[in-house]
Amino acid sequence: MSTKFGRLVPLVFSKRGFSTSTSVQKGGGGSEEGLKSLNLCSAINQALHIALDSDPRSYVFGEDVSFGGVFRCTTGLADQFGKKRVFNTPLCEQGIVGFGIGLAAMGNRAIAEIQFADYIFPAFDQIVNEAAKFRYRSGNQFNCGGLTVRAPYGAVGHGGHYHSQSPEAFFCHVPGIKVVIPRSPRQAKGLLLSCIRDPNPVVFFEPKWLYRLAVEEVPEDDYMLPLSEAEVIRQGSDVTLVGWGAQLAIMEQACLDAEKEGISCELIDLKTLIPWDKETVESSVNKTGRLLVSHEAPITGGFGAEISASIVERCFSRLEAPVARICGLDTPFPLVFEPFYMPTKNKILDAIKSTVKY
Amino acid sequence: MRKFTTIFSHIKSTKMNFSVSLLHRSSPFCPNQPPHPNFKNLTWQNRDSLLLFPLLCSRHFASTTAQNPSTLNALQDHYQAIDFPGGAVQFIPEMRFISESPKERIPCYRVLDDNGQPILGHNFVQVSKEVAVKMYTDMVTLRSMDTIFYEAQRQGRISFYVTAIGEEAINVASAAALAMDDVVFPQYREAGVLLWRGFTLQEFANQLFSNIYDYGKGRQMPAHYGSKKHNYFTVASTIATQISHAVGAAYSLKMDKKDACAVTYFGDGGSSEGDFHAALNFAAVLEAPVIFICRNNGWAISTPISDQFRSDGVVVKGQAYGVRSIRVDGNDALAIYSAIQAARQMAITEERPILIEALTYRVGHHTTSDDSTKYRPANEIEWWRVARDPVVRFRKWIEKHGWWNDMAESELINNLRQQLLHTIQEAEGVEKPPLADSFSDVYDVAPSNLREQEQWLKEIVRKQPQEYPTNISV
Repeated sequence: MSTKFGRLVPLVFSKRGFSTSTSVQKGGGGSEEGLKSLNLCSAINQALHIALDSDPRSYVFGEDVSFGGVFRCTTGLADQFGKKRVFNTPLCEQGIVGFGIGLAAMGNRAIAEIQFADYIFPAFDQIVNEAAKFRYRSGNQFNCGGLTVRAPYGAVGHGGHYHSQSPEAFFCHVPGIKVVIPRSPRQAKGLLLSCIRDPNPVVFFEPKWLYRLAVEEVPEDDYMLPLSEAEVIRQGSDVTLVGWGAQLAIMEQACLDAEKEGISCELIDLKTLIPWDKETVESSVNKTGRLLVSHEAPITGGFGAEISASIVERCFSRLEAPVARICGLDTPFPLVFEPFYMPTKNKILDAIKSTVKY
Repeated sequence: MRKFTTIFSHIKSTKMNFSVSLLHRSSPFCPNQPPHPNFKNLTWQNRDSLLLFPLLCSRHFASTTAQNPSTLNALQDHYQAIDFPGGAVQFIPEMRFISESPKERIPCYRVLDDNGQPILGHNFVQVSKEVAVKMYTDMVTLRSMDTIFYEAQRQGRISFYVTAIGEEAINVASAAALAMDDVVFPQYREAGVLLWRGFTLQEFANQLFSNIYDYGKGRQMPAHYGSKKHNYFTVASTIATQISHAVGAAYSLKMDKKDACAVTYFGDGGSSEGDFHAALNFAAVLEAPVIFICRNNGWAISTPISDQFRSDGVVVKGQAYGVRSIRVDGNDALAIYSAIQAARQMAITEERPILIEALTYRVGHHTTSDDSTKYRPANEIEWWRVARDPVVRFRKWIEKHGWWNDMAESELINNLRQQLLHTIQEAEGVEKPPLADSFSDVYDVAPSNLREQEQWLKEIVRKQPQEYPTNISV
């Protein structure tokens, strides 16, 4: 196993890294002191430690979380905070979310884990019909704002149909919940803490490809990054690129290659998909006149469509080319064809050139 | 033997979950795990340590120690039984399937017969005159409410209504046995619980008419009541989703060390939803103080019990999950009262779930959208209405005690009719909620897209007011 991983890591690094580039870090632990090099799962773990430590009414539960979780995100939590606050549940996603709603409805912070985003669908009814509508339907007498559902998300190289999915678009059509996806360890820690403390139910997707591959300096103290705020992580003037999660790293590489061909790309990390930051994207497109959106999820019905339609509506007179969407294909996620399925750097670069040349 | 079964069931809940997870959901980043322990190879010393290992300890076995000679003897006697993490079992040479249904059905707890007489060997919690009379008057109030409001829907004054006719005892008697601190997660045929807790007739009417005083701000269909003040969570149309909510709430009450439990109601049809399975299993494993109350009224809209399940009702399902269970005559207010009170005591003091299947009959139509004579015979309905009426049965009992009489009955019914007609007139005359309430509470604070949509809509309504109802202020 170690040999295989030893072979895998450099190969993976040569193909895709991760996006840590930043403009000014808002609230991301300003001090250069107190930094520690962490990967994504350790950053998540740190966020969970802080959440449990800072709020005695917070709980972490799900399948296999007690021993540390299958991705090790919950390592050490049960030992430190006790098995009444960090515990395994029976293997049942609708039960996990339903239980979490009840726990949150009583004023607790319920941090539920769904082992893979691919298995969140058994809980879809609880998330869509219950969690999202709990406050509204009661006239604000009750709410389950303390609920956060976190799940590993996105492609991983060999996950096939049920360990690779990016289901964010299913949830973006649901008023009442927030959908948040980080791109790096530093972002993940700050965003997850904001999700846990937000007074609304949140679905937090963790790009599992980056769990061990994304490493950067992360402030060790408690800090929160704002939700519903996109971030321009690369300034440019010819075309605006919008993405989230692990896909940003691919897009960033495409930007670098485009720059060698004289094209100046602006790259935006959306971070929160709903409610999303239209203003930041609009401002950027008004400057560049062009937009390209990219996500691993299938193109039809993907969240890129919402971004595209909204920007066309708002920036119609400014657009100099059709909005480009470079996404996963409209097939189930395949195993051996993953390299062809993914919206890879070459596909993005090709689209950047077509858009600018239009 | 029971102790060992429980001990190893605990192992099962821990180990099996891990095994199943590995089998079905490979995790590329999960480090190699050591093989599962093989109990057969344990030395005597290691085997003893099982009884001391923290994982195996629970409040049920605090007194078990390695020095307990009876424990050692038990282990020796059952050497062949300690073989599986899925549970300690005895081996037999016969191939033996357990039957899908037992010869005798689980019996039904009852206190009063159909004539309101305590049955031979009756065993119930005594109720005071005050409580009994309030139980009775609330049952009558609930039925009067149902009769009048149902008629209001037929007249087109409200869009929808659901009655609890025939199930008044389950509603009111269960509520009477609970404390106000107990949190209630209803399905939709439990308005009597809210009535008992002090929700006024006017408050019911305000929700039905979706006026400005509706706590739900006019957003849900009629009869979807909710009240924070009364610890009654707002009804949702979805079936069985609330059952696991109650488990999460119960866990919270346990962690807060409250002298209270969570209570949830659902129908026989609701027990077929996957959420029922999730909730009972979670409640048992997480040791949550929750009472599951199933109103088995024989029908899920047009679907009779024989098309719903083939088990001996719902009560037998509790044992499969490790949930203590009882079957009760749902038309017997005293039996319901006693069973719920006992269940509440056990749930709170022992931190465990309890399942109660209350057998009854849905005398009314499913809702105002249903004509039940299309799928069940009228004489069947009539028989339950006349011969097995829970309200009449309880009335006979309190009259026998001298706590009620014909004069009080007439006075109550007349007063109720006047009050109800007044509440309808009042509720109907009040304005509807403002349009702004259509946009608030989706989140704690409205995001920019919602604010934009609200402004856009108001602009359109101002330009073309003739296209919109005039009874909603913009």
